[in-house]
Amino acid sequence: MTALIRVNGREEDLSAPTVAALLAGRGIAVGTPGVAVALNGAVLPSRRWDETPLSAGDALEIIRPVQGG
Amino acid sequence: MNDTLTIAGRDFRSRLFLGTAGYPNQQVMLDALEASGSELVTVAIRRISLDGYSESLVDVIGDRAGLLPNTAGCLTAKEAVLTAQLAREALGVDWIKLEVIGDRELLYPDVEELLRATEELVGDGFTVLPYCNDDPVTCRKLADLGAAAVMPLGAFIGSGLGIRNPHAIETICARSPVPVVLDAGIGTASDAALAMELGCAAVLLNTAVSKARDPVRMAAAMRDAVAAGLSARLAGRMPKRAFAEASSPQLGLIGT
Repeated sequence: MTALIRVNGREEDLSAPTVAALLAGRGIAVGTPGVAVALNGAVLPSRRWDETPLSAGDALEIIRPVQGG
Repeated sequence: MNDTLTIAGRDFRSRLFLGTAGYPNQQVMLDALEASGSELVTVAIRRISLDGYSESLVDVIGDRAGLLPNTAGCLTAKEAVLTAQLAREALGVDWIKLEVIGDRELLYPDVEELLRATEELVGDGFTVLPYCNDDPVTCRKLADLGAAAVMPLGAFIGSGLGIRNPHAIETICARSPVPVVLDAGIGTASDAALAMELGCAAVLLNTAVSKARDPVRMAAAMRDAVAAGLSARLAGRMPKRAFAEASSPQLGLIGT
């Protein structure tokens, strides 16, 4: 059985070992300005991306600012 | 009230806060921002597109203005609090335009959730600027909870209907212990001037500029309207009279 995680509301296979690795796979390096992450409903500061493992059932939100009113 | 606006210890020379959404293109947005003289612009927080990373809005705006992230689209205090915390992490900004919506069609505030989110975010160290009803009681409760300003609506978001209840806005301004920012409903320059004449400390608008035929020109008009409205407020308007009173001398009329 494949382990699944949810990234920005979309379910996908768990393949990256850490949050930092998952983001790196999308071209987002630690310290990229304007990007923030919440893991399971709580903000995960970028300094902790490297040390934070991903496990089955985790839900990640990856956000950035966009034009708004 | 004088020429400088202070919110939570931060001084603003401009009393116009501008939204960044809905412009024909990015350059027009930047030109409108410059023409407006605004020192604070709103941004929204959204899920990143994972298909490709594009130019960051933060880089586009650069040091042209301070950023005021919003919680637009949030329906609960819980969603709004997480959005504010993500905004702080992403931008290093602990100011938040707090929106908690109770009706997706009307975009009308959910007061119960708004009060809850305000209390929680103030407790978490945020400078909270809540978008709220034009209701003096709600505004007072928000100020009591520690909101740095209150931002009552003039009319529905994006409607351009102007200030539908000027007396309520004037009453809120007269009683509020914190600055009042008229947020939403502004359609044209006279609406912005009226907000300032009623006693608002500032005006926050977006669509009135971004959807004008010439957004840059409208941005300049809003800059002037806010300044004119403030001057008129400070100058003190003449009393209203029910009947005429001649301004020319009544003596020495020809033929008498």
